[in-house]
Amino acid sequence: MHSHWAPVDASSAGFARRRWKRALWERPLYLLLILSSLLAILTTIGIVLSLLFESIRFFEQVPLTDFLFGLEWSPQTALRADQVGSSGSFGAVPLFAGTLLISLIALVTAGPIGLFAAIFLSEYAGKKTRDVIKPLLEILAGVPTVVYGFFAALIVAPMLRDAGGFMGIGISSESALAAGLVMGIMIIPFVSSLSDDVITSVPNALREASYSLGATRSESISRVVLPAALPGIVSAMLLAASRAIGETMIVVMAAGLSANLTANPFAAVTTVTVQIVGLLTGDQEFDSPKTLAAFALGLVLFVVTLCLNITALRVVKKYREKYD
Amino acid sequence: MAPTVMPADSIMFNAPVKARASDVNVFYGAKQALMGINLDVPEHNVTSLIGPSGCGKTTFLRCFNRMNDIVDGCRVEGSITIDGVDIYARNQDVVQLRARVGMVFQKPNPFPKSIYENVAYGPRIHGMAANKRQMDEIVIESLTRAGLIDEVKDRLDSPGTGLSGGQQQRLCIARAIAVKPELILMDEPCSALDPIATAKIEELIDELRNNFTIMIVTHSMQQAARVSQRTAFFHMGELVETGLTEQIFTNPKDTRTQAYITGRIG
Amino acid sequence: MTDISRHANAGAADAMMRRRYRAEKRFRWYGISATATALLFLGAMLVSIVVIGHSAFSQTFIKLDIFFDPQILAVEGKIDPDSLRRADYSALVKTSLQETFPGVTGRREQRQLFALASRGAADKLRELVVEDPNLIGSKASLWLLSSDDVDLLVKGEISRETPEHERQLSDLQLEWADQLVAQNAAELRFNTAFFTTGDSREPETAGIFGAAAGSFYTLMVTLALSFPIGIMAALYLQEFAPKNRLTDIIEVNINNLAAVPSSVFGLLGLAVVLNFFQMPRSAPLVGGVVLALMTLPTIIIAARAAILAVPPSIREAALSVGASPMQTSLHHVIPLAAPGMLTGAIIGMAQALGETAPLLMIGMIAFIADVPESVMEPATVLPVQIFLWADNPERAFAAKTAAGIMVLLAFLISMNLIAVILRRQFERKW
Repeated sequence: MHSHWAPVDASSAGFARRRWKRALWERPLYLLLILSSLLAILTTIGIVLSLLFESIRFFEQVPLTDFLFGLEWSPQTALRADQVGSSGSFGAVPLFAGTLLISLIALVTAGPIGLFAAIFLSEYAGKKTRDVIKPLLEILAGVPTVVYGFFAALIVAPMLRDAGGFMGIGISSESALAAGLVMGIMIIPFVSSLSDDVITSVPNALREASYSLGATRSESISRVVLPAALPGIVSAMLLAASRAIGETMIVVMAAGLSANLTANPFAAVTTVTVQIVGLLTGDQEFDSPKTLAAFALGLVLFVVTLCLNITALRVVKKYREKYD
Repeated sequence: MAPTVMPADSIMFNAPVKARASDVNVFYGAKQALMGINLDVPEHNVTSLIGPSGCGKTTFLRCFNRMNDIVDGCRVEGSITIDGVDIYARNQDVVQLRARVGMVFQKPNPFPKSIYENVAYGPRIHGMAANKRQMDEIVIESLTRAGLIDEVKDRLDSPGTGLSGGQQQRLCIARAIAVKPELILMDEPCSALDPIATAKIEELIDELRNNFTIMIVTHSMQQAARVSQRTAFFHMGELVETGLTEQIFTNPKDTRTQAYITGRIG
Repeated sequence: MTDISRHANAGAADAMMRRRYRAEKRFRWYGISATATALLFLGAMLVSIVVIGHSAFSQTFIKLDIFFDPQILAVEGKIDPDSLRRADYSALVKTSLQETFPGVTGRREQRQLFALASRGAADKLRELVVEDPNLIGSKASLWLLSSDDVDLLVKGEISRETPEHERQLSDLQLEWADQLVAQNAAELRFNTAFFTTGDSREPETAGIFGAAAGSFYTLMVTLALSFPIGIMAALYLQEFAPKNRLTDIIEVNINNLAAVPSSVFGLLGLAVVLNFFQMPRSAPLVGGVVLALMTLPTIIIAARAAILAVPPSIREAALSVGASPMQTSLHHVIPLAAPGMLTGAIIGMAQALGETAPLLMIGMIAFIADVPESVMEPATVLPVQIFLWADNPERAFAAKTAAGIMVLLAFLISMNLIAVILRRQFERKW
């Protein structure tokens, strides 16, 4: 009779069988786990390969230099693949300029607002105020971009146009200003929550040192806290810029398709993302340069945002290491 | 709780009183951290505050430049005067108070700026120098007084955070004295330093006594004995005993002080 | 006070302090106004959406006396279930309108008159007759949908001062509509159809349900893919992965993937899922796959945080009684981390629900009036529906768009609320 308390005999048949059975299902499960975590890499590889592959096909038809440095963008001329001169004009500079203009307006809006909101929340507001306002600001980040697009196209743009008319300034109803402003609102929480993080991670010892020397709160913030947090704030801005450049719906709905090369915020411009969507919606032959151009634009977008993100993450990581 | 009343004349021989705490109570929320503290701090003396950790000595120190104001839920009752003026009075300007009362912290906390900028920070915000030459003078003089000038005079533009721990702490002392305070508060200034650096700072404290009044919190009884003329012993939020350092260490009146200095509590 | 003075004279010191405090006040004010501005933007956006959108929840109906005339309903002289579907029900509406306003005779006037009723009115009659053929030959007084223009008039959104040629309604139509209102034969009623039907070319009959169903199927696909994969990946990375270059790369990769612009995922979907794997365009299945790839980083990051929060003592306890690492994970770590993982999944789904751009590129932008019933049928989703309506020049669609946004936000708010409640409920301090 086996007592319950008898030691488990590791060499017994039952024990070996159980171990074998365990190995039988644990092995495949383990493999499945590895495969799942590799999927993230596979996705990246998929993105890179599909963008590269289609872009190379595009550059077989349109020279790379024409694309990167050309000043005229009118893919619409390529009506049929067999037409003479069907390649259209694929000079992407107006798109890059438009993207930069709108992103710049967005950053000029969101940068100061987000930074000062972060300063207020982390250095001035009491705990109760912070507990109410922080989640409210985060709502801004949770609102779908199509809602911002609606707001930009149906409310802000007409308002700006009318205000411009009132003051005698011609503001297009698809102005870069409207899209940029609303995009700025959208990225406020990115700037504010990241800045808030870095500002609160500045060691309290520095604040106390400054206060103990008779500095006021604002002097301590602007002369000690902010310079110490600068790398983190810079990377917050980089991440926000990357968001702005990659944002699609707001510009699709509010910026329109006219590829003007201008720095005038009241004029209509188009962006890389708008053109990607524009080139791909509607029935298109997959091999036409028009469709392939979307992939070339996507490649540029991917590379630029990736560079911004990697730089930002590096800076933040270095910064964290410094104070942890 | 009966406050331990220390008559001012029993502590002092002849030095005038620089700062005086009368019946000071401090609360963190509902918890009382200090109970009815009365203490006179004589001018041009080093007064050390000793006691087991958590006894309230740092809290008490931070009352003198109102650093407790920035702690959420902290409340100070009673009165603290410097040169007879109540620093908790309604019309007292905290910023100006802190310009008169310098502080050196437990861990050296130089700003992530150059050595020069660290020292120039205080004088600059208070507008103490009319031009670059005057500022240079203040910085050089402060660094000299802090005994750091020889080590850093060739690299005033290099970051203050690049110095050794002891040098950093002396930089922080230079930073504090650059504002020309009357009273300097030191919160365990050597706790993060090695013995050699500690010896240098202790030497410096003794020198600074000629120009400033100093209060120092220390967890080391030996240090208190070495640097201070007067000692106050805190225990569980009470000021148990205060007097000349020599007397406290050789002939303590209270049994708790006795127990502490002989190592039975703490 | 003291012999060491910081300033030559007290006046200069006072002036300096005043200046410093002014700067302090100014700085604080910057902070407050920046925060207020951000909140103001949020408020302005939400309020304007409600102001524009609330009217879409009601719709104008007009009361018409309908005679289900067998002669009109007969197709090629016979009436059977099949012909009833194809019969000309708009003729019934027209006849009724004609009888209500007998004076209208000219062809142009008649056309204007018939435009008072919506095409939805005829559809409603068809529905009634197909359901109950006994209606044929009977008379009934029915509330039927008006056209969107009459609806706008009743809602006060058409100004009578506008010159006739710029107005959606002609003078005659205005007169008729006023007459209907005066006879209590036109009124606003709750617009149930908005919540029960699919898209339509006519604003007054367009509904959000088709898009909601499309979103539901799409999200189901997304959840079914990204939740298990995300948890398995998180489990591997957090519990089993050796610290080496490969896992480092995976880490960096996941963080970067989370910040890749959504339209790039659309391109991936187009090139790989549609063209390489030849999956059907416009189907929730494809949308779901693309969104799953997009939300995967979010879910992995949340799941890893949840696993990390399980204290090592639990693992040590399980391992010490002889459980294998895999058993420890499955029996102890995952159950304890489940609420956190679930919260992450809900937040990921909320993100996916609001995503628009990548779905445009894989063809979920087509006009689809039918409510989809599986993941393979062409469908659209809530945000794309909103985009399509916002793009529509007809004025009545603006209210529909805003109403659609309100529905979308309602879903998002409830999902986030569930996540918050879950977090509160299971929050544990170790």
